[in-house]
Amino acid sequence: MADNPNDLHEHKGMSRRTFMKNTGLVAGGVVGGGLIGGLLTNQLQQKPEVQTATDNGQIQDARVFFSRGQDFDILAAATERIYPKDDSGPGAIELGVPYFIDKQLSTEWGVNAKEYMKGPFAVYTTNTGNHNITKDQNKQGPNAETQVPAPTPRYQTKMTRSEIFVTGLRELDNVAQKEFGASFVKITGEQQDEVLRMFEDGKVELKGIGSKNFFNMLLQTTLEGAYADPVYGGNKNMMGWKMKEYPGPRASYAAQIEVEEFVKLDQQSLRNYQGH
Amino acid sequence: MVTKLEKVDVVVVGTGWAGGVVSAELAKAGYKVVALERGKNQTRDDYIGVKDELRYTNRYEMMQNLSSETITSRNNLDEVALPVRTRKEMMAGNDLGGGSVHWAGASYRWKPYDFEIRSKTIERYGKAKIPEGMTIQDWGITYDEMEKYYDRWEKTAGISGEPDPLGPDRSSDYPNPPMKESPPIKLFKEGAKKLGLHPFQVPAGNLSQGYTNPDGEVMNACMYCAFCTQYGCDFGAKSDPLVTVLPTAQKTGNFEARVGSYVRRVLYKNGKATGVLYVNTLTGEEFEQPADVVVLAAFTFTNNRLLLLSGIGKPYDPKTRKGVIGRNYNGQFGITFLGARGYFEDKKFNYYAGAGALGGAVGDYAGDNFDHTNVDFINGGGIEMRQYGKGAIASNHVPSGTPGWGADYKKKSLHYTYRSLVVWYTSANMAWWHNYVDLDPTYKDDYGDPLLRITFKYTDQDRNIAKFGIEKSREILEAMGADIIDEDQVPEEFDHVYDGGHYAGGVIMGTDPSTSAVNNYLQMWDAENIFVVGAANFPQFAGHHPTETVGALAYRAAEGIEKYLKEGGPLVARKEVSTHV
Ligand SMILES: Cc1cc2nc3c(=O)[nH]c(=O)nc-3n(C[C@H](O)[C@H](O)[C@H](O)COP(=O)(O)OP(=O)(O)OC[C@H]3O[C@@H](n4cnc5c(N)ncnc54)[C@H](O)[C@@H]3O)c2cc1C
Ligand code: SF4
Repeated sequence: MADNPNDLHEHKGMSRRTFMKNTGLVAGGVVGGGLIGGLLTNQLQQKPEVQTATDNGQIQDARVFFSRGQDFDILAAATERIYPKDDSGPGAIELGVPYFIDKQLSTEWGVNAKEYMKGPFAVYTTNTGNHNITKDQNKQGPNAETQVPAPTPRYQTKMTRSEIFVTGLRELDNVAQKEFGASFVKITGEQQDEVLRMFEDGKVELKGIGSKNFFNMLLQTTLEGAYADPVYGGNKNMMGWKMKEYPGPRASYAAQIEVEEFVKLDQQSLRNYQGH
Repeated sequence: MVTKLEKVDVVVVGTGWAGGVVSAELAKAGYKVVALERGKNQTRDDYIGVKDELRYTNRYEMMQNLSSETITSRNNLDEVALPVRTRKEMMAGNDLGGGSVHWAGASYRWKPYDFEIRSKTIERYGKAKIPEGMTIQDWGITYDEMEKYYDRWEKTAGISGEPDPLGPDRSSDYPNPPMKESPPIKLFKEGAKKLGLHPFQVPAGNLSQGYTNPDGEVMNACMYCAFCTQYGCDFGAKSDPLVTVLPTAQKTGNFEARVGSYVRRVLYKNGKATGVLYVNTLTGEEFEQPADVVVLAAFTFTNNRLLLLSGIGKPYDPKTRKGVIGRNYNGQFGITFLGARGYFEDKKFNYYAGAGALGGAVGDYAGDNFDHTNVDFINGGGIEMRQYGKGAIASNHVPSGTPGWGADYKKKSLHYTYRSLVVWYTSANMAWWHNYVDLDPTYKDDYGDPLLRITFKYTDQDRNIAKFGIEKSREILEAMGADIIDEDQVPEEFDHVYDGGHYAGGVIMGTDPSTSAVNNYLQMWDAENIFVVGAANFPQFAGHHPTETVGALAYRAAEGIEKYLKEGGPLVARKEVSTHV
């Protein structure tokens, strides 16, 4: 994908060499079967230079889902409150999170293409339960603070995720107007937090969805935008991963798995991994 | 128009471990086998270069497309069930190899106690220990009889492990040594030992070394790449049907796997199946595949649904507590796998690395390994500390009390990324008269067929065993030196999330045709040429992961099918006994 050239272009200080550094470690982990030899060799034939950065700057940062600029601005402001810039690094906006979300909403996920969307639909307002609890790879594992007991299966609205987003963002603005007499993007950060908290606590009536569900979706997609592979438009320059010291996808971590100390590796993206 | 195809010896619905093992064994024995798989073909090539957390972990790339079919769910008999609409809440395998490809690989044998739970509980604690309404029952097969099938499956899959010091007898060692001991696993084992427990390495379907299985299939050593559970393995290092039983079946020349083939009915006449009806999902064409034997190996939901849709076997009715299909629905839901998360200020683990089944385990509180006289539940569960390896989106845990977003959250989630570990209890789930499946009266699939409806609720047994497990998990984390320990909360009620693939029952095995659907060869009591294979056979759920038992049962079924093809007739005599309900 052509995402990275532009991303890299931004950070002039970054050394391209870093992408190659760790392949030695990977090779060190290779043992066993003939099949795997060939396989890994393929995977390791990565070109050291990711690409030559073209001079098109942030050419991919444009809306493809939200038609109203205003909706997008509300989204951007809200994500930045959820994941703010601080001394550890960039916030949601700088990471490209709003564009990530914009792009996601026109995917099959955004239009619920692979979900069961046949009626009849039970209409709930605030009572749908939390259909977007944060679940990690340890799925059923401890995340009790986000587990809201639900009286029914969680997602019971006729609305798709993209429709939920548009509705929810506009309601953020309505509530800002009502509470603070100005648009969400115009009120102070603390006031924005207050509005977001009202959604988080389910205090806002959001028909068919429940404001808590919208909030959780916003929270989850903000984190995804900060930490998903940069190919999706967020995690600019792998800055999210850098803050997290997350190395990205690799063929092997066999060389690190038994090491006592934390092994800090340079970041590699899917693009590197696929050998482009 | 339905096109009638040429008859084969055996038609198998589903290509996961259950369908794969049966297909391989019968094709090897010289029978013509056709396996029908609703999803697409997939090979290892589909997984090379796609280690993408968003796509696979968060967007469920490998899970069933629910747009046509899902399940509906409710807690109580008098409620209206609603569809479980999203893949976040409903994860089931869909393509060649099924859920057996995107599984994690944790592989446990179940215990002698599990197979004879009713008799053994009464023997040790008296009848009163089993509460009214709990419909647990013996399987009609013992661990000793299952042992050779376990052994066979472990060798096919190349399981890497060391024996559980408190586990059941084994006829031979694991075919491969345990996986590497990472620092978190070491810490877990040391902690457990301090408490006098008996830790061991989780037996893994991620291979610790290169291996050739008895069928000649070659597997490779695991790379600890961490893109494992919910992913296919790009190294052929995870035990799955794609690198084992399916190629074994293929090599015989007697086997065909037909993908894009969605089975809608088992065709049934005069007490016997004549074949199955399926539709090509790409063209919409309908086919009839006649066969001498029909094997349902399409995972719990479809196995139940196809029997109900086809009118085979007597559906279970919770009001009268009679009937069998749909009875004793069970599984490991949100209330299992609870425990605690420990935060370690002075440690920083390389937790971006890991593997699906890499971990440490303790069996001291599993099954009936401990005295239940003074606890308010029966059975138990394994305790595990797993190192799945975390993606960046998944690793944002913060100690409770920290705000869930904003500046403080960001700071703490970055700080704790590599500083927390989870210990959990994989507790058992007992069967109850009110937990069952039937067909939904309202919701339908694309073809107009009713969805499967699940009625399931938690009981005091579930809540009490969960509480116990959380305490034990906390004790281990304390012994490991965690600075902050967050315990899971015990949920009051089942939340309709079906995300772990551990759903079972409904077509259960037993000795009595009035309380079981299949005999101990997994042959239906009511149709001698239909065999149903998978977790649907479990009368209740043991306190360990299910798949090794599914694999072992599949070897048992294959033996039975071969016997049936040679001799015909019921393989086990009907023995009608009126038992409890
Ligand atoms: C994320 C995840 C992790 C897991 N990890 C573990 C673990 O660590 N340890 C463990 O023991 N278990 C684990 N499991 C459970 C494990 O995946 C299952 O127990 C196992 O795969 C069951 O095998 P099976 O052959 O019965 O079903 P499957 O492998 O799912 O195969 C069933 C097949 O039938 C097909 N099918 C269904 N309906 C139809 C139809 N109408 N027509 C045609 N084909 C149909 C499906 O597409 C599927 O391919 C996990 C599950 C999940 C989801
Ligand atoms: S962790 Fe091991 S078994 Fe799992 S996908 Fe990676 S290499 Fe394969």
